[in-house]
Amino acid sequence: MRQYVLNRLLLMIPTLLGVAVLVFLMLRVAPGDIVEMKYAGTGAFAPKEMLDLERAQLGLDKPLWHQFLSWMWGIVRLDFGNSMWTGRPVTYEIAIRLELSLQLALMATIVAILLSIPLGILAAVKQDTWIDYFVRVFSIAGLAVPSFWLGIIIILGFLIFFKWLPPLTFTSFMVDPKANLMQLIWPALAVGYRYSAVAARMTRSTVLEVLREDYIRTARAKGLWEQAVLIRHALKNALLPIITVIGLEFAFLVGGLVVTEQVFNLNGIGKLFVEAISQRDYIMVQSLVLLTSFVFIFVNFITDLVNAWLDPRIRYQ
Amino acid sequence: MKPLKVGILTAIAMVFAFVVTLFFQAPRSMAAQAQTPRSGGELVFAVGGTPPSFDGHRETTFAMLHPVAPHYSTLLRFDLLNYPKIVGDVAENWSASKDGLTYTFKVRRGIQFHDGSMLTSKDVKATYEKIIFPPKGVASSRQAYYGMVGKIDTPDIYTVVFHLKRPSASFLANLASPWNFIYKSDILEKDPRWYEKNIMGTGPFVFVEHVPGSHWVGKKNPNYFVKGRPYLDGYRAIFIRDTAPRVAAIRSGQALIEFRGFNPAARDDLVKALGNKIVVQESSWICNLTVAINNEKKPFNDPRVRRALTLAIDRWEGSKALSRISLMKYVGGLFRPGSEFATPEAELTKLAGFGKNIETSRKEARRLLNEAGVPEGFSFTLKNRNIKEPYEVTGVFLIDQWRQVGLNVSHVQQEEGAYFNDFRQGNYDVGIDFNCDFMDEPDYQLLKFLSSDKSPLNYGRYKDPVLDDLYEKQGHAANLKERLKVLRQFEKRALDEQAYQFHVLWWQRIVPYWARVQGFGKTPSHYFMHLGDIWLAE
Repeated sequence: MRQYVLNRLLLMIPTLLGVAVLVFLMLRVAPGDIVEMKYAGTGAFAPKEMLDLERAQLGLDKPLWHQFLSWMWGIVRLDFGNSMWTGRPVTYEIAIRLELSLQLALMATIVAILLSIPLGILAAVKQDTWIDYFVRVFSIAGLAVPSFWLGIIIILGFLIFFKWLPPLTFTSFMVDPKANLMQLIWPALAVGYRYSAVAARMTRSTVLEVLREDYIRTARAKGLWEQAVLIRHALKNALLPIITVIGLEFAFLVGGLVVTEQVFNLNGIGKLFVEAISQRDYIMVQSLVLLTSFVFIFVNFITDLVNAWLDPRIRYQ
Repeated sequence: MKPLKVGILTAIAMVFAFVVTLFFQAPRSMAAQAQTPRSGGELVFAVGGTPPSFDGHRETTFAMLHPVAPHYSTLLRFDLLNYPKIVGDVAENWSASKDGLTYTFKVRRGIQFHDGSMLTSKDVKATYEKIIFPPKGVASSRQAYYGMVGKIDTPDIYTVVFHLKRPSASFLANLASPWNFIYKSDILEKDPRWYEKNIMGTGPFVFVEHVPGSHWVGKKNPNYFVKGRPYLDGYRAIFIRDTAPRVAAIRSGQALIEFRGFNPAARDDLVKALGNKIVVQESSWICNLTVAINNEKKPFNDPRVRRALTLAIDRWEGSKALSRISLMKYVGGLFRPGSEFATPEAELTKLAGFGKNIETSRKEARRLLNEAGVPEGFSFTLKNRNIKEPYEVTGVFLIDQWRQVGLNVSHVQQEEGAYFNDFRQGNYDVGIDFNCDFMDEPDYQLLKFLSSDKSPLNYGRYKDPVLDDLYEKQGHAANLKERLKVLRQFEKRALDEQAYQFHVLWWQRIVPYWARVQGFGKTPSHYFMHLGDIWLAE
């Protein structure tokens, strides 16, 4: 097991390096640069000398290999560089947004787990009854409705019926839990609903599959209490794919809630991502891609560890 | 009808009229009461972007100006209640020599920076030297507008003298630029880039907090040099990039105003939802969309084809339709309709594309195309930004207008990076360009039309020494009358004879805001907002 963990950890390095090379090159291939966007984008009278000066200050006048190596050398020293747009360290800019994004991802995951696992099990146990049909309609609707659209409906509902809007600026949970939850609970519900739809369908199908296994029949034949059969034997085995789905979705939520963050005006990683791309803030985009890739890889790693812990077959392999 | 009945009906009508009058008078008298400024309160406003750096001399976006400007003073400023009147800010008074080559400014005494140090002429000099003669490695976005300045002197600590190389009609107005924050000379001496990440001014508000991407907070400066100002205890700028959440923020009352403005649909939504709690300020805007033409590409290198393109556009009818759904509204030449430089309508209608008889114009357009050998159904692309309002709407409008003279135009909407790259490289046939200035000033509005080697704003890829010469002439004109004469010549050549590129319509500025917000002023530019004069009614 120790060797397995070590191998997986070491594998992260070439994966992240590959991501770094790819994102660096892809950004440079895209037309336009940050200096052009900053001045031409506002219609400013910016002579070529001034644009060149700005480019030189940002290191954009250096050859690509030089830009890449100096970025990499910075990362090795844990210096991720400064945002080309604001001039502040990217770690500072990201840290401000990360708390919100992580909390939102966590809250949406909790909403999704609370909804999806009970509903999925219920639908499997009560297959082809009205309960099953209800859960299926509920989850298909969740898949069909984009979370940003649900967010818009929530906002419009509040505005029209209560003349109220969730707070527009973020307050840390540690500072003011009420203000914090008043802002984040609504996007968490909107995102958690879609997320729960995916997980509920997965739960239903895997529980159904497991319930048809021989060992379940054996357990029932032994006269085990039905709830024990369901929780101890069926659910434990059905959990593996569900955990994988939940883990992947969580990783996606950390940087992928672009539109939902825009709808609720949340100062999160997704919004920063879009702004950085549209401004051609190379250093910021590169750092954000590395961060989200790391989150994906790390969550995958944790998911695999949990799977190995739940399933002895994986451990023994 | 019997006299008695008539009398009764008359009495009822009079009572009704009296009640109606009272009903309408009540809010007006309340409004009159509300005209007495009161102190206190925090103004929360939305900003549709985020500031890159905090340096006004370097940046070019309103998203920096709106949250940061309240911390600073400028030498002069526009009186926002009487635009375009110029008043002193840190300058108490000023005078110009007869030959227009020397401007002397007396700086108010007793102005303190937020750290308690006194502002002197040395700070004004250091500020303008940074703008006009930036040290190596320092970017100054407005350096080009001060080419007329030879040197700056400070004969004493309260006097600043600008020595000009040549007379300039725009010099004084340029000193009222909202971007020219007065910085502290000691700080600039140590680090000319210090202001990119820090705040230290003499403005009505002191810096409190900035959370990148989220908000900016300022509080009242108790030592502000204008007695009794600011009225507000503080302000909070909330950064909301997208229009829908910005409208929702105003609607919910979480933000009271957005100084840039909204489109007609957002205005209607807010008015419908908030009724008399909201007031709407509407004016023309020193912004427009321009049809940029690649003058190097065939057949657009032929002035007949370019003239045909402008002749085909029915601006007068287009204005009626587009103004209902977009920011596009005012028909005007090179200067904002309503400004002192604007071309009178009688003269404007004589320019190609501005006539009111569209049938005649389109007939002429077809004739010109035919003469230039452009076949019926000729195809080209219109490159545009992928921004719905007002770019996409205008693109669709133009395509329809050109279709009516037999041109087949496809709309290519691009993400900004690709769009600017293509414009810069000349990789386009015809495109939609834009222009926004902070003041009505021909030195600014004509820049786009100078030869492309002289103006980075000109994507038309043409050189015209005649226009360049006229530009210089108007800048040195001795008086407004003489200047207007040269401006009309410039306009005639640029828009009519050569039609290198041309404006479609000028924008309308629509600012719906909570009626509690008072003292806002009315200007055709979203770059102005003087929070020192704003107060909140109860």
